[in-house]
Order: sequence, then structure tokens, then C-alpha cells
Amino acid sequence: MLNPISLAFKKAKNEKRPALLTYTVAGDSSKKQSLEILKAISNYADILEVGVPHNTPVADGGQIQTSSYRAIKNGIKMNDIFKIVKDFKTNKNSKPIILMGYYNMIFQYGENNFLKKCKKSGVNGLIVVDLPWPENKIFSKKCKKNSINFIQLLSPTTSNERLKSITKDSHDMIYYISMLSTTGGKLKVSPKKILANYNKIKKISPKKNCVIGFGITEKTISNFKNTDGLVVGSQICKEITRSLSNRQNPVINVSNMVERLRKKIS
Amino acid sequence: MKLRKGIPVIDQGDKLGFWGGKFGGNFVPETLKKPIEDLEIQFNKLKKDKEFIKERDRYFKNWVGTPTRFIKLNNLTNYIGGAQIWSKVVSDANGGAHKIYNATVHCLLARRSGKKVIIGDTGAGYAGKMLSMAAKKFGLKCKIFMGAKDIKRQQPNVKAMKKNGADVIPVYSGSQTLVDAVSECMRYWVANCDTTAMCVGSTVGPSIFVRICGWSTSQISRELKVQLINEFGHVPKKLKLYNCVGGGSSSFGFWNEFMDYDKKQVEFIGVEAGGPAKSKRHAAPLTYGSKIGILHGAAQYVNQDSDGQIEETESISAGLDYPGISPLHCFLKDTKRARYTAASDEEALKAYQIVTKYENLRPSLEPSHAFSVAIKEAKKLSKNTIVIINSCGDAYKDRGILEKKLGKKYVKSN
Repeated sequence: MLNPISLAFKKAKNEKRPALLTYTVAGDSSKKQSLEILKAISNYADILEVGVPHNTPVADGGQIQTSSYRAIKNGIKMNDIFKIVKDFKTNKNSKPIILMGYYNMIFQYGENNFLKKCKKSGVNGLIVVDLPWPENKIFSKKCKKNSINFIQLLSPTTSNERLKSITKDSHDMIYYISMLSTTGGKLKVSPKKILANYNKIKKISPKKNCVIGFGITEKTISNFKNTDGLVVGSQICKEITRSLSNRQNPVINVSNMVERLRKKIS
Repeated sequence: MKLRKGIPVIDQGDKLGFWGGKFGGNFVPETLKKPIEDLEIQFNKLKKDKEFIKERDRYFKNWVGTPTRFIKLNNLTNYIGGAQIWSKVVSDANGGAHKIYNATVHCLLARRSGKKVIIGDTGAGYAGKMLSMAAKKFGLKCKIFMGAKDIKRQQPNVKAMKKNGADVIPVYSGSQTLVDAVSECMRYWVANCDTTAMCVGSTVGPSIFVRICGWSTSQISRELKVQLINEFGHVPKKLKLYNCVGGGSSSFGFWNEFMDYDKKQVEFIGVEAGGPAKSKRHAAPLTYGSKIGILHGAAQYVNQDSDGQIEETESISAGLDYPGISPLHCFLKDTKRARYTAASDEEALKAYQIVTKYENLRPSLEPSHAFSVAIKEAKKLSKNTIVIINSCGDAYKDRGILEKKLGKKYVKSN
């Protein structure tokens, strides 16, 4: 049987569209609200990335940093994040969940404990921003044993040789970082060039589901319809910030945005 | 865990860049793997290249100004009445601190690799000031990331950076100090690593930066060893080397040449920043038993909560105000080669007053931490013990803080 993440890709493929992946930060702006946001957007998104906020992030741009600091300030802890996932998973309409964060949070929890807790609460995949290949070899094997998808990252600076080794060691899903940027950067590379790199990866590793992230927004998303999946993060975080400062309900605004995103690729 | 003899400590890491199997490494986003690998290949080659060494030494000699003085502090020795107290006056170096060595080497590397821009982080402002000087010297554009809080408290160095033509970019996230400046600098590199070289301001960060910085500041102990032999005819039988430790670049450089000596002969004492006397927000992860965690790409002892969020620190000296510590020092601590302790803000200020009262020397607040412990311990030591403190920075940058804390008479015009 396919795991839930691969199943989500398959479903999107059957509908002849890329899978839509969203990224929101756990606990932004509160534990309760971030859960409500997940529930609301799972009507339109296929896979939900849940950010584990960290206070010394080396790859996040301003929007996600703002969300993370807001969540940390409101007291979010690792165990709260597992609880949010667990509560979300009791929802009828739940979707696969990928936790995305920095390695120190896993290291402090203990790799084995962390994975046990992931399994218990229903986490389906992990993206660890600062645990690259080959440093992640042992941990990604542990993930596999626990039926958790460890998602390898690729970037425009990844050499062909690395590309081959990394895709070989990857599970069902891989993540291509579209450009040299922190999250939330403006798309500074042409979609054509990004797609060329994407196709190079697909050629080496045709069976793996490859998603593109960084710089994907309402404006740019329709350029990438012929891909396995697309991740939108910073624009959603920005929408939460905007809603809060305008005293509007972020749950409704974010849900509307994700609906629009979905329409653009359907 | 064991320190090996005959191999430079910077080269004792394993294939993945871990010292002692657990400190250091490369916890970086995939995007940085390639530029880091490029830098590793370049550095490993050049550090064996005689022409490159010659080039480095030429700039160190004619531009940085080597050797810096090694002087006896007679009045202080008489006042304390114990061991002989000496100082290696590294603040003699061009720019006024040891940060010039690492900055120079990074600019030399950047120039050779054809990069046009160099970026760096800074806490006290010295790393930034020196990088801006070196960038100007070697014709590179320069951007310095600095916490907004540090910009306020280290104005003289900020002015110097701007005068050298560098962009000083204030960092408003988190505690607005060094830790956030390093994060922001790394983020900028992630987005611009194809055109831009990065200089990490201390022996921290991904392992290649730890190695380059340690290799560069080792100039201090190379000079000192020659000076000791000139002065005493040999390396003294009882030698104690005191150095403040923030990220750990000056102390590592001050000790490196003496690594293979028995610690009974040459003892290393690292002094961390204890923060205000009653504060719990110290910047002394080695002294107060912090747990191992990941910060800025490296595994190290670091102040953090149980979840792994990095904790804010508090210290009067911006240069030591960092929650982590070099993997090299974690390694030296766990192999018991060096001993670590802390001095509080108040103790550092007291030491500054004593030193400036008795000697014509003005250590900045960072080395004042080391002086504090050295003065305390020297009292109990025999006359034939040689105590040396690395005066690795000049107090000019601290004039605002010193005036506020101690009054005008402690701030000489410059």
C-alpha cells in the first residue's frame, strides 16, 4: 500500500494537476488558531507542511521568521506541536502532515523519541533544513524504519554527482529549492530555468515525487503546472501577519488564499 | 575523546568535520553545501602552498604589523605579589584587535576565488571593522551584519566600518546581538553564495570557518613562542596563558602553538563572560555546563531551553555575548587540555580599573575578563610562574560603556 504522501501525489496526478503543499508555522498566531488554519486549508491543499519554529533559523526569510517568533512568543513547545498534529489527524478531512524544522529541535528531543512521537501523533514526513546529505544518512534510515518519509532537499548549487547520490538515498518525495534564496524571496530565476532543473532531477529519478518550493506565490504558481507538486509558504505566513494587523480573521483569509492557489493549478 | 599530538587541532576533525566525533560538523542548508565544499578545497590546497603562506606572512608583517608586543607588566606584578604577569598586546595589530588575522585571510581567499563581495558578522564590531579594512585593502565590496543593540553600544567601531566603505546592516530579530547577526549573515549567504564570500567572525560556524579562523589567529602563538624563547631562552617551565572566550578565536590562536606541551608546563585558561553578577543569562556555556546543541551550523555546548531554542545571553562585552562556543573549545574542554571559568561584568570592570591604574595598557572589556581571573590566580602562584594575558582588544571601542559605568576619568581621549 502506498503511504499517505505518495497517495496524495497520485490523487493529484489523476486529476492532472500538481499537488498543492502549504507551509504554516505551528502555533502561529496561537496553538488553537494554527490548528484551525490547518483544518480550513486541508479542504484545498493536498499535503500540509507544519513549521517547527526555531529562533536561530539560517534559511528562513522575513515572513516565516515573523511567524516563528510570534509562535515562540506565544509559548509553543515541541509537545504542543505534536498535539496540534494529533488533533488535526482526528479530523475527517485530514491530509498528510510534514513537519519542517531545524535539527536542534530533534536532537534535543532525541532522534528515537522524536520519531516515536511523530508516529504516535500521525506525522507522515520530515524536512530538516540543516541536516543535509550525507549527514542525514543515519537519521533518514531511522525515519524509513518508522514509515516516516524523510524528504531530501536539492538546490541549484547541488552538483550532478550529489544529485544522483541524494536522490538514490531519498524516499518517495524530494524537494527542489527553486533558487538561491531564503524562503520568501522574490522569484529571481525564470520559471523556464527552474523547470529545466526540475526536469533534470526527474530524468535522474523519474519515480520520485519532486516538489518545487521557494518563490511560489499566487502570481507565479501557474507557471509550474506540469510538475509533481508545489509548495507555498511565505505568502501564507505573510497573509497571517496581514490579517492580524488588519484585525481580520487569519483562518478565513488564509483558507481563501489556498483556495485561489488551488484553482490556479487545477 | 583524545587530543592527538603532532597534528594541528584544526585538522583533527573527522571526515564530516566533527572534533572528538561530536563537536562541529556542517549543519547547513543544501544550498550552502557547494560553496562550503569549494572553500574547503581551496583552503586545504592553499594552506600547503608556500606562495600563499608567503603572501599571508607579507600582509601580516607589513600591513597587520607583526609581531605584536610581548611585555612584562612590572607594576601589576609588584602590586599583586605572586607570579610574573606579562601580556601579549595583540591590540597592537592594525585595527586594534586579533580579528584582523581572520579577516585578512578570508579576503585573500575571496580574491583568489574571484568573488567581488565579502560579508561578515560582528558583535563588538571588531570583526566587522577588520573585515571592512581588509575588504578595502583588497578591493572587495563589504557588507557587515550587526545586531541593532550592538550598533548602539559599539559606535566607534560602527563609524570605522562605515568610513571604510562597508554597508552596516542592522539586525532587528531576536536579541539583536551577535547570535542574530550571524544568523542573518548566513541567510544572506544562502541567497547570494554564487557571487559572495562569507567570513565568519570567530572560530564558529560550519567546520571550514572554524578551521580558517583558527589557522589565521594562530599567528598570535607563533609570535609568542619566538618571543618567549628570546626572553627566557626556552618555553618557561611554568607557563599560564589566560584568554577571554566568546566565540573563541583569540584564545585558540593564543594557545595553538603550545598545544603539544604538557598542561603542567603550559596551562590554558579560558575566561567566559559570566554576565551581570546576579543574572542567569550568562554567556558561559563551558563554565556553567550547558548541553550540546546545534547553533550556526555546528554542534557545540550552547545555552538553550529543553526544546532546543537558543537562549539570549547578557554581557557587558559585546564580543563575548554569544550563547555558543567554538567546537574547538568544546574539544579542548572535554579532552581536558584547557580549563574554563567565568568572570562577571563587575569583575571585568574591576580588572580594567586595576590594569589601567598600574599599567599603560587599556584592555577592552573582553580581555578584562581574562585579566580578572589572571589577577586573582596570580596572587597564589610562585614568582617563577609566568602568567600571560592576551590583551586582544583595545578599550577605545568601549569608551561609552566605561564612561557610564566608571566615570569620565577612565576614558582617555583618543
